[in-house]
Amino acid sequence: MSTPAAPPPPRKTNRIGLDVLSYKGSKTTLCAGCGHNSISERVIECFYELGVEPWHVAKFSGIGCSSKSPAYFLGMAHAFNGVHGRMPALATGALLANSTLLGLGVAGDGDAASIGLGQFMHMVRRNVPLICIIEDNGVYGLTKGQFSATADLGSTQKGGAVNDLPPFDCCALALEWGATFVARSFSGDKKQLQAILKTAISHRGLSVIDVVSPCVTFNDHVGSTKSYAYMKEHDLALNELDYVPAYEDIAVEIAEGEAMDVPLHDGSHLRIRKLGHDFDPTSRLAALAAIEEAETKAEVLTGVLYVNTGKPTFLDLLNLPPEPIATLPESRVRPSRAVLEEVMEELR
Amino acid sequence: MSSLEVTPAEPLSVDAGRALVNDFSLQVATVNGSGSQTANTVLMRAIFQMGIPVSGKNMFPSNIAGLPTWFTIRASKHGYVGRRKEIDFLVAMNAETAREDVMKLEAGAAVVYDEPLKLGELRTDLHFYPVPFDKLVAPVCPDAKLRKLVRNMIYDGVVAQLLGIEMEEVHRALVKQFGKRKAKAAELNWGAAQAGFDYATSAFTKNDRCRVERMNLTAGKIIVDGNAACALGAMFAGVTVVAWYPITPSSTLVETLIGYMRRFRVDPETGKATYAIVQAEDELASIGMALGAGWAGARSMTATSGPGLSLMAEFIGLGYYADVPTVIYDVQRVGPSTGLPTRTQQGDLLSTAFLSHGDTKHPIFFPCSMEECFSMSIQAFDFAERFQTPVFVFTDLDLGMNNWMADAFVYPEKPMNRGKVLTAEDLDRLGGFARYGDVDGDGVGYRTLPGTNHPKAVYFTRGSGHNANAQYTEREDDYIGNMDRLAHKFETMRGEVPEPARELRAGARIGIVAIGSSDYAARESCDQLEAEHGVPVDYLRPRAFPFTTHLAEFIRGHDRVYVVDQNRDGQLLQLMRLELEPDSIARLRSVRYYGGMPIDARTITDEIVKQEAK
Repeated sequence: MSTPAAPPPPRKTNRIGLDVLSYKGSKTTLCAGCGHNSISERVIECFYELGVEPWHVAKFSGIGCSSKSPAYFLGMAHAFNGVHGRMPALATGALLANSTLLGLGVAGDGDAASIGLGQFMHMVRRNVPLICIIEDNGVYGLTKGQFSATADLGSTQKGGAVNDLPPFDCCALALEWGATFVARSFSGDKKQLQAILKTAISHRGLSVIDVVSPCVTFNDHVGSTKSYAYMKEHDLALNELDYVPAYEDIAVEIAEGEAMDVPLHDGSHLRIRKLGHDFDPTSRLAALAAIEEAETKAEVLTGVLYVNTGKPTFLDLLNLPPEPIATLPESRVRPSRAVLEEVMEELR
Repeated sequence: MSSLEVTPAEPLSVDAGRALVNDFSLQVATVNGSGSQTANTVLMRAIFQMGIPVSGKNMFPSNIAGLPTWFTIRASKHGYVGRRKEIDFLVAMNAETAREDVMKLEAGAAVVYDEPLKLGELRTDLHFYPVPFDKLVAPVCPDAKLRKLVRNMIYDGVVAQLLGIEMEEVHRALVKQFGKRKAKAAELNWGAAQAGFDYATSAFTKNDRCRVERMNLTAGKIIVDGNAACALGAMFAGVTVVAWYPITPSSTLVETLIGYMRRFRVDPETGKATYAIVQAEDELASIGMALGAGWAGARSMTATSGPGLSLMAEFIGLGYYADVPTVIYDVQRVGPSTGLPTRTQQGDLLSTAFLSHGDTKHPIFFPCSMEECFSMSIQAFDFAERFQTPVFVFTDLDLGMNNWMADAFVYPEKPMNRGKVLTAEDLDRLGGFARYGDVDGDGVGYRTLPGTNHPKAVYFTRGSGHNANAQYTEREDDYIGNMDRLAHKFETMRGEVPEPARELRAGARIGIVAIGSSDYAARESCDQLEAEHGVPVDYLRPRAFPFTTHLAEFIRGHDRVYVVDQNRDGQLLQLMRLELEPDSIARLRSVRYYGGMPIDARTITDEIVKQEAK
C-alpha cells in the first residue's frame, strides 16, 4: 500500500497572477559570483513582488558585461541591446515613441562614465523617465581588466598596475546635472537594493542607481576598491529604506524626526529612516556634501542620496499625449489636404 | 585689392539683335550679414511672378557676418533652372570682391555698382550703371541704423527699371516677404525700391542686353527650398519622432519642420503634440534616438550632413543588422568637417551605401527636385517600415538650401504603409512568432512593438548574433542564415525602390546617367548636345540605390554612357561598377565636377564633347 502523492503546493503568484518564473530571463553567461547576477536577481524580485506586467517594460543596454544582463531578467519584456555608451539615446527615442513603456536601462561604468558620459549627462538633463542602473565595478570586464573611469585613485589592477587618475563618481555627477532620484547601493545588500529599485519603479523621472557590483574575475583582489571585501569594510549606509507600495496600507504613525516619508508618483511611499548623522535627502547640496565627506574617510556612501518628485519629465516638457505617439492613427499624424493647400498658397 | 590685370577690349556697341530676353543670369555680390537676402528674394520673386521660370542660388561663406556672398538668379524662358556659370548682369555691392567680380565677366555683361567703387574705369567692354546708394538711402530711411539693411532694396528698384521688371510685382513680392506683421518694414523698403527705380529712370540709358518680358510659365507654381520640401514631406509622411543635431546645410530642414509641426501637428482638441522633436547632444545621440523610436514603432528620422553620418556609422550598422526602421536625411556638403561646409557636393555616396562595419548596405533615395523631395520623403518613411531598415534620403546643399521653382506638391494618395507589425490579436491567433523568420520570402520578418499587451509579443533586439527567433547565438549557420536573409531583403528592395526617370531621344547612341541635383545640368546638357552638336543623347536618372534593372538595360542599349558625378572620384560610377557586368562597365565614361559649386550644363557638355572627339 502506498500513500497517494500529496498534491503539488499551489503555484505561488503575485497580484497579477504571474509566478516568479515569468520574471526570469535566460541563464546568465556572466561569471559565477559576478555582482551583476545579484542585481538581476533583485530586479526579478522587485518586478515580481510589485506585480508589474513585464511586457510593458522595455529594457535597454549598451555594451559590456553589464549590458548583457538584461537578457538574464524579465524575459517577457522587450529589450534592445545597443552600442557602447549609447543606451540613453535608444531609451530616450523609444520612450518618446511610446511614453507608456516602463523603461529600464542598464549601463556599465564604461558606458556611463567613459564612452557614454555625454549621453548619460544629457539623459539626466532631460529627466528622461527611465530606471538607469549603473553596474559599477571599476573595470572593463569583457576586454579583460582595464581600469574604468570610476576606478579609485591608487587602486590596483590584478597584475599590479596602479590607477593614477581620480574617479568619476556617477552619483555626484548626476546630482550636479539635476537628476531627480539618485541612489547608490552594493550588489551584496539585498534589502537596500530592493527598496531602491522599487522606489525607482514608482519614481516619475530619471532614477540614477549606481550599484557597486564586484567583478570576481578582474577586480576582486586585495588593492581593489570595488571588491566584495572592500565593500564589506567601507560600505556606509546613509539611511534605512522602506518601500511601501500603493496597494498596501501605510497608516502607520511615524514619530517626528525619526523618518521621512516621500510620497511617490504612483501612490506608493518611500520611508527613509536616518542612520547616524542628520541628512536631508531632498537637498542636493546635502547629498554632495555627504559624498564629499565620505570620500575623505574612504567610505562608500550607499542609500538614497537625493529624491525630487516635483520636476517635470522630458515627456511633460515635450507636451506629449498620454497615449503612444508611435501608433497614433494616420488621421492624427498626416495633416489634411486643406493644410497642404494652405502651405502651397503661402509658397506661391 | 585684386591684382588682376585690366585687359584692353573693344569698346561696346549696342547690339539689340543679341538681346537676352528672359534668358540670363543675374548675380548680386554683397557682404554676408548685410541683410541682402530679403532684397535678393524679392527680386527673384518679382521675376517669378511675371511668369518667368527662375532659380536662386546663394553662394555664402562659413561665417556669420563680414565675408563675401553671392546670390545668383537665373531666369530662363526654357525652364533651365540649374546653375549657369556665365553672369550677364552683376550687382556689385561688395568693395572687397568688386574688382575681381567685374574682371571675371564676359564682354557685354552689365554692372550695377556702388558709385564710390569706381568700377567703370576697369573695363570698356561692359555696360556700367553707377548708383550712389548712400545718397539715395538717406532721404528714404531717416533712421541711420536701418540704412545698411534698407540700401539693398535700392538695387531692386534699379534692376527692375533696367530689366523691365514690373514695380507692382516688386511691391507684391515685398509685401509677401515681410508679411502682415512687418508692414512698416515693408513700407520703408518699398520707398527704397522706388528711389532706386526713379534714380535709374532719370540717370541711365539702357544699353545692355538683359530684359524680362511677361510670360505664363509659372502659374500655380511655388518657390521653395529642398530642406523645406523634405520637411513638408516628413510631416505629411506622419513622422512622430525627430532627433537631430545642427549642421550646415541640414539644419533648416528640421528648423522648418519644427515650424510646420507646431502649426499643424498639435491636436486642436487636447492641445497635445502628436510628435516629439529633440535637438540631441550630438549625432551619436540623434541617430540613437531615431533608432530607439523606430524600434518602438514610431516613424522616426534624423537630418544631417556628411560629418554627422560619419559619427552615426556604428549605430546605423546596428540598425541594419537588427532590422530597425528610420529615415536619415543627408544634405550633402563638401567634406570633411573643417572643409567647405557651405559648398555643395555629392560626396557621401560610396561611404553611405556601405556605411558602418561588416557586411552592410543601405537603400538610398535620390530626389532631384522639390516635388521629389516631398514625394520621396513620404515614400522613404513607407519604405523604412516596409523593409525595417534605415533608409537614406540624399539631397545636397544646392537642393536643400537654394530656392527652386516647383509645381504645387501633390497630396499622398496612398495610406501609410506601416509594414509587418503583429498585434496582440495576431499573437492570440498565431500563438507566437519568429522575429527574424522569413515567412513571406521577401527577407522581411514580422515584428512586434514594445508595449504590445501580450506575453508572447516580446523579443530581444541585438546586433547580428541572433537566430530567427531573436535568441542569442554565435553559431555560424545562424549567422550566415541571418546575413543571407538581409542580402535577400536588399534584393527585394531592388524591385520596390522608385524607378529611374528616363528621357529618350530618337537615334541616341550615347547616354547620360546622373542623380539628384545633377539632373538640371544633365538635362540642359542633353539639349545643348543636340542643338549645338547634333548629337541626340538619352538620359537616365536612377532615383534610388539599390539600382533597378533598368540601369543595366540602359547601359547595354548605348555605345557609351556618361556618368555625371559631383565628386572627385566618380562615386556614382564606382557604385554602378559594383553591380554591372564587365561588358557594361566597359561602356561607362566619367564626367566629374567637384569645385563646390552646383554643376552646370556647360561643364557636362564640354566634357562629353571632348571625350567623344577622342
